[in-house]
Amino acid sequence: MSYADAILSATKIMLKKNKDVFVFGQGVDDPKGHYGTTLNLHKDFGNNRCFDTPICEESMTGVGIGAAIAGMSPILVHQRMDFLMLAMNQIVNMASKIHYISDGKLCVPLVIRACIGRSWGQGAQHSQSLLSVFAHIPGLKVIAPTTPYDVKGTLITAIEDKNPVIFIEHRMLYKNQGLVPEGYYKIEFGKSRILSKGSDITIVGMSFTVVDCINAKKLLLEKSLKAEVIDLLSIQPLDINKIVISVKKTKRLIIVENDWINCGISAEIISRLVEKYKIKFEVKRIGYLFTPCPTTAPLEKSFYPSPEKIATLSYEMITKKKNWTPKKIKTKEIEEFKGPF
Amino acid sequence: MTIKKFNYAKAYYLFKKIRSTEEKIIEIYESDVIKSPVHLSLGQESIAVGIALASNKKKDIVFSNYRSHAHFIAHGGDYKKMWAELFGKESGLSSGKAGSMHLGDLDINFIFTSAIVGSAISEAVGYALALKLKKLNSRVICYHGEGAMDQGTFWESLNFSALKKLPILFVCENNHLAIYSEQKKRMKTLNICKKVESFGVRSIKIEDNSTKNIFKYAHKALQGIGKNSQPVFLEINTYREVDHVGTNYDFELGYRKKDKQQLLKNLNELNYLKEKTKNFLQVEKKISKEISDALNYSYKSNFPKIKHIESNVTKE
Repeated sequence: MSYADAILSATKIMLKKNKDVFVFGQGVDDPKGHYGTTLNLHKDFGNNRCFDTPICEESMTGVGIGAAIAGMSPILVHQRMDFLMLAMNQIVNMASKIHYISDGKLCVPLVIRACIGRSWGQGAQHSQSLLSVFAHIPGLKVIAPTTPYDVKGTLITAIEDKNPVIFIEHRMLYKNQGLVPEGYYKIEFGKSRILSKGSDITIVGMSFTVVDCINAKKLLLEKSLKAEVIDLLSIQPLDINKIVISVKKTKRLIIVENDWINCGISAEIISRLVEKYKIKFEVKRIGYLFTPCPTTAPLEKSFYPSPEKIATLSYEMITKKKNWTPKKIKTKEIEEFKGPF
Repeated sequence: MTIKKFNYAKAYYLFKKIRSTEEKIIEIYESDVIKSPVHLSLGQESIAVGIALASNKKKDIVFSNYRSHAHFIAHGGDYKKMWAELFGKESGLSSGKAGSMHLGDLDINFIFTSAIVGSAISEAVGYALALKLKKLNSRVICYHGEGAMDQGTFWESLNFSALKKLPILFVCENNHLAIYSEQKKRMKTLNICKKVESFGVRSIKIEDNSTKNIFKYAHKALQGIGKNSQPVFLEINTYREVDHVGTNYDFELGYRKKDKQQLLKNLNELNYLKEKTKNFLQVEKKISKEISDALNYSYKSNFPKIKHIESNVTKE
């Protein structure tokens, strides 16, 4: 099952299971159905359960919050993460605080699905991740699944969670295939996932950079180096324990942000490791260049982390040598993507 | 459909209670027992009273804003807990975590308010959407100022409510002021109702502060909303007596002149309701007792325990 189909499957299961679940957002009932993730839900479940909205992100978020406090479980879908900036008032000032302000009497079981864009010229305003922006706010949960299995399980958990959940998908992942059970299952928040075991270095990725990390791990095998790759999966709450255990073993850590490094998730992880745990370890961070994302292909390519960059840095950290250039590895998600959106 | 009759004694009780409450807040504010901003409703009482008397206390859902004391009292929110909340005590509505700007009481479906101008309007609309989807025969009452209509989100929300035919009554309390900025400094066209009508929402303008008049229009509007599931918009002219925030008069700032006529008009309305209330002395006595009981309760209550700071950030 593909990542997109896994989202569709989770949504269908929940629409069937709970009559209070509904899906809304710009274009959710159009012929493309948000990359297939909401395809034909309006036909299967009716226009009250899946409907298009006017182009007004702030107010539609408020509508979702209002419906959520009335006891429904809305799923609000955005074509790009960047458009959530129009809804920040509702997310930060309202959704995240209502439970606290009411001292627990109200809750906001709202899922906000947002898709990070990348590649083929998405440019400055269709490419942002902004993971740490949301993780900064108490009262929000932030989830960024990478695999089809995880996206389905965490989406079901998100829909059943009683808090606002920022559910972050990645445009480059929708076509990826994986083994996904047909039925209902949940994946607990606050748990990251070890995707490959290794003893030489710990590489932590999130969202799409997990794919880069896995590719880097493959490159390092050429030098017989074994990387332990962790998919962060749950950004807030953060699963620091798995990273602690891994770094105690490897003594080396690379965190690959799917975002700018500045004030990011990697800074948070490193701070927690340093503050609380007495581990001696070496650490490096990789992420977006600290510029807006350029549109033209050659610049865009160097804007992002790559498996080669991760592998080279890993090799240098482990061997203290600078005498290896990994071969090029094909990231099919990126190279095969020809838009248009 | 039952036609409600305007109850003068109830109206006088609520109007007087709101006024006495605000006056008591002014009286004790300097003693610093209320350590947070208050936005007083003095001058705007008749709106809350008229609307509340027209509403169905059991079924209707109320969304207000940071200037909510009048709404809260008129709709029958827990009075002692309101005071305790102002005092920041653990016996308050939100154990002191909310204060005057975020009052709420779910026993009367009064949703905890927001201090960001216009931010709860889309939520009120979302709540109305939920009522419709759940096929519940309730209505949402959404109070806001004309200042909130400077925000894009008001018009976005209005459009959506019309588009989806949602059961919501917008109550615009037009005091013509956003802090110290007059409406005409902020809007090119002042005919609010005309603008609202252009969105396909029926609108009614009420020029004066007659509680009975407001009750009549609101009652009719609410009945229509229940029957047809359509939004209705009420614009009610009003006058803010004191400063935007805090407890002082603000006339000496020079941005507006003291409008003695307006001030008198509000007192006249209160006196009119009093004249129509046979046992007004008893009503006044009752209010005095409620205030002193609530103050005793609030003074005696404890502050929340420090460990409580971390509770209810997220729901388990």
